[in-house]
Formats: sequence, structure tokens, C-alpha cells
Amino acid sequence: MSDGFLHIAGVTKRFGDVTAVDNADLGIARGEFFSLLGPSGCGKTTLLRMIAGFEFPDEGEITIDGARITDEPPNRRPTNMVFQSYAIFPHLNVFDNIAYGLRRERPARVELRKRVEDALAMIKLEGFGGRRADQLSGGQRQRVALARALVMRPKVLLLDEPLGALDKRLREAMQIELRQLQKSIGITFVFVTHDQEEALSMSDRIAVMSAGRVLQVAAPRTLYEGPNCREVADFIGTMNFFEGTTTWVEGSNVVADAGAAGKLKIANAPEFARKMGAHVLLAVRPEKMALALTGAGTASSANRLSGTLAAAAYLGERSHYQVRVEGFKEPIAVAAQNEGPEPAAHHTGASVTLTWPADAMIVLPTD
Amino acid sequence: MGARRKRQGGYGLLAYALLYLAFLYVPVMFLPLFSFNDSAFIAFPLTGFTTRWYSEMLADSAMHHALLNSLKVGATVSLVSTFLGLLAARALTRYRVPGGGLVLGVTSLPLLIPEIVLGISLLILLNAAAIPLSLYSVVAGHVLVCVPFAITVLMSRFEGFDKSLEEAARDLGDGPLKAFVRVTLPLALPGIVASLLLTFLTSFDEFLIAFFLAGTDATLPLYIWGQLRFPFKLPSVLALGAMILVASALLVVLAEWVRSLGVRERSPTMVGA
Repeated sequence: MSDGFLHIAGVTKRFGDVTAVDNADLGIARGEFFSLLGPSGCGKTTLLRMIAGFEFPDEGEITIDGARITDEPPNRRPTNMVFQSYAIFPHLNVFDNIAYGLRRERPARVELRKRVEDALAMIKLEGFGGRRADQLSGGQRQRVALARALVMRPKVLLLDEPLGALDKRLREAMQIELRQLQKSIGITFVFVTHDQEEALSMSDRIAVMSAGRVLQVAAPRTLYEGPNCREVADFIGTMNFFEGTTTWVEGSNVVADAGAAGKLKIANAPEFARKMGAHVLLAVRPEKMALALTGAGTASSANRLSGTLAAAAYLGERSHYQVRVEGFKEPIAVAAQNEGPEPAAHHTGASVTLTWPADAMIVLPTD
Repeated sequence: MGARRKRQGGYGLLAYALLYLAFLYVPVMFLPLFSFNDSAFIAFPLTGFTTRWYSEMLADSAMHHALLNSLKVGATVSLVSTFLGLLAARALTRYRVPGGGLVLGVTSLPLLIPEIVLGISLLILLNAAAIPLSLYSVVAGHVLVCVPFAITVLMSRFEGFDKSLEEAARDLGDGPLKAFVRVTLPLALPGIVASLLLTFLTSFDEFLIAFFLAGTDATLPLYIWGQLRFPFKLPSVLALGAMILVASALLVVLAEWVRSLGVRERSPTMVGA
């Protein structure tokens, strides 16, 4: 990750005593859809604003396509931004909003009109050029903001939670549209969001941030299936955690004593767990666990845990369950597809058994 | 019972409102009324209709001179204080100015100091510095009083619009000055116009500071004050007052209209569709 089309090297930004971005290193490839994901206040927007030129790093360098832009003002960078509030100029109509940046180059009238109309066609708002900003819906404003930035043909397009203000249905439609648009024009996108589903569904790669630090950079599937620390595992999706100590090791197969959860079997354990007495954090996704009435026949599985069904939520194609297990404060989350008829066992208060295979175990270092 | 009491309360409130409006506007209405009355004495009964006081007043060259002075002072004051107010309002709303609250408080202080005190202290200062009294000293005194108005009007305008609009202009290639001219100024325009009108009116009818600082060149309020010494001039002063009243009312309506344009433009409809 030492090079990249957009390269962020050791970038740190402090606001007074608060370190907003702490020694961030990122290499983003040309044409990549890259997301910065994290809870609010994690530094993702500050990092984006440093790429745009609205904030300047205290330490570190930012380069785009080999050119150092660390100290350049926003108007001298090959980047354009889609703002969270869209920032559509209220005193200009749609045409003049999109033409705003182009007018600096003093293009011929015909050329200007053609480029703006192409941009309007791209965002499917043909004929909207004469509308004022306050005559547009939220989704239309978002498109105009996108077109206004894209007509500038930036090397990198920066998007600051652009879908946050839209309702759910529209947001999902825009996610697909934005992704298709990005693939067809091939411009590098850096997308800031706090919505993990959004990041997972749209991105080529995601950087998960927390408290100013980049915790992990990976493709969506890797991030979900193989988080590198408790924070990432916890932030992306739902996760059940067990703490344990290894008591048996044979190659990459390990058994850990997890206290109240008993002995848990792990396949494909990472290096640091392949020794006796290692303290490990074990994580299992809810959908990797199977749930059955205790006593009913269950397929033999490497790991098994008994408890009481505390809650069940029916969500259409799947159901979510909360299982209380003696010795654990937090209930264990289980998710199952609703394929057959409703299983009789799934009533709260029932004694249930959870089973999951050894290769469903994610092993993380204890922190 | 309850309904009746409520009704009585309603009448009481109506009566209060009518009395209040009468108190506000009836005295003012005497101005135009007596300015058309064919008598040098301001007393009922009215004796007949005349426009004599208007023609007398309009023919007075001293009045022309004073009016011109007031217009010059008012125009200068409104431009200077709106410009200063623009800079201060932008700084106070856009940047975290160290001690910004204190700055705002201190600049607003002249509003709280009685103008007579302000007038005397400025007079003492100018005398001590051996600066001759002139319309310039009146301008200086008026700017002092008008800048807080300008800051207040413009700050409310600046606070109303999204900071990322200026950033968007920078992002699309404008330098700081260009972004200010292409985005900030047009957006602040309703506030600027309102500030120009408000500060102009404040300066135009200001008497006390002008009284102390004007020297020999009178502004319109000083001229009127001077005319009051001559009883037979009173009707033409009333005619002048009536005309100022109408002009001020038109300006205020204009300012409100411009302000409402700004408000409408700031309330976008966010409909998800």
C-alpha cells in the first residue's frame, strides 16, 4: 500500500488537543470506488476535507497521480466534491450551477451548453436546466451536485455522505446508480459514510476508521469475513464474542477454553493463536450459527452451546434470535433464513442448542 | 360562562390593540393633517385646504442645503458602516475569532450609550485633537452608531446560509476573492440592501450627535430644530415632516420586501422523490 493513484502518507491532523486524523496511510488505485467508513467523529470527513484542500495536514503528504498537493488550495487540486448538504447555489438555476466551474475556462457558448446538457443527460435531468434550487427534490439536488462536480472531469471525486439526507428507498436506488455511474466513467471515487451496509454494497475497498486511526483497509467481503480487530468486527455487522485461552494445538487446528462457553474448536487459526496458553478473542457471525430445540436431532457440529431463547424477531426472509447462555451478560445473536414452515421451537423461553462449525470461528488478538 | 368570559377577554384585547395603534399613529397623522390646513396656528377647527406650506417649504434654499447635507451624510454613513459591518459579520460568523463574543459586545456598546453622552464625548475628543467640526465629524459619529446595526442585520443573513456554499465555489476552481464575489456577495445581497437602508435612515433622522458635531453646516434635523424658533414657520416644518414620513415609510417597505425575498430563497423544500 506504499503507492497508489491517490496516496496518503502519514497524514495527521489535530484540532487543539484533539487528534482528528492520526498518522493515516492509504493508497487508492486509479478508478477505484474507495470508502472511508466509521462512526461520526472518527476522522473520515476530516481526511476527505484534507484531500479536497479545505483542511491542511499537520504532518504527512498527499499526492494525486504523482503530484504533491498537500499544501495546495482547493481550487488548484484535481479533485471535486459532492457536499453532504449538496451546497447547490441558491441564487443560480440548475444550468448555472453545473456551469459554475466550467465558466472559469471561458468556453464558447455552444461548448458550454453541450457540456452542461451532457451532464444533465448523465444524471437523467434533461430539461431541468432552468429550475431553481428550491424547485428540486432532495434526490434531484443530489444529482445536480454530482453533475456539477463531474463536469469538471476531476481525477478524484470526493463524496461526503451524499446519500444521508435521502429516504431509504431512494438511497438504495442511488447506491446502485452511483456505483454504475462510477464504473462507466472510471473516475476514482472516495466516499465517506457511517452506513456500513452502504459501504459494503458499493465499494471496491473500504477503510474502517475509529478515533482518527485507520483500523483496516480491505474489500467488503474480507472486512466482513476476516476483520483484524475487535472494533472492526463489532462495527461491521453483528458479532458474538468469546474470550478464551488455547489449550490444544495441532497445526492450524486449535481448541480454546472459553470459560462458560466451554471448549471451542477453531479451524484455520492464525499464527499467533497456534501456541498453548495464547489469549484469544473468538468471534462468530450470527448467520454462521444454527439454532434447534434442545433434544431435537442436530447435525453434529464442532461447537455446541445450550441456552434459552430470549427474543425472536421475524424480518421476512430471515429471523433474528437472542439466546441467553448461562455465564454470559450479553445474549448471543443468531440469524437464520426462513425457508420452511415456522419451526415450533422458536418461541421465547424454549431451551435451545446452538451449533456452529470450527471454520466459522474468527480469531482476533485480545486488546 | 367560560365562553362569555373568553369573549370579554377578546373585546378587552381588541380595545387595547386599537388604543395602542391610535397612540402610535394618531399623533403622526396630525403632521399631514395640519400641513394642509390654511392657518399658521396649529389648532382645531381646521380652516381650509392649502398647499401653500409645501410650496413655501420647497422654495426655502436653506432647507435644500440641509436636505442635501443629510443625504450626503446618510449615503456616506450607510456605505461605510455597511462595508465595515460586512467584514465584521463575515468574520464573526465564519471563523472562530478569539474573543468573538467580546468583539461583538464592544462594537454594540454605542447602542447602549445615550447619544447625548456619545455626542458630548466626541465633541470633547475632537476639540482636544483640534479637529474642526464639519459634516465629516457627523459622519464619523453616525458610523459609530450605525455599525452595530449593520453587523446585526448582516450576521443574521450570514448565519442563514450554508458554509459549504463558499467551499463549493473554491472546490469548483475559484480563488478566495472570486468565490466571495460570485457566491458570498449575491447571497448576502438582501442583507446588504437592508443594512444600507437601515443605516441610512438611522443617520438621516439622527439629531443629538449631529447637534454636537455639525459645526456650521446643518443637517435636516438641525434645520428643522432651527425652524421651530419661528412660530409662523411651523406649518411648513409639518409639511416637510409629512414628506419625510412618506419617504421613510416607502424605504421601510422596500427594505422589508428585499428581506422577504432573501427569506424565501433560503427555505428550500427537501422532498425525497
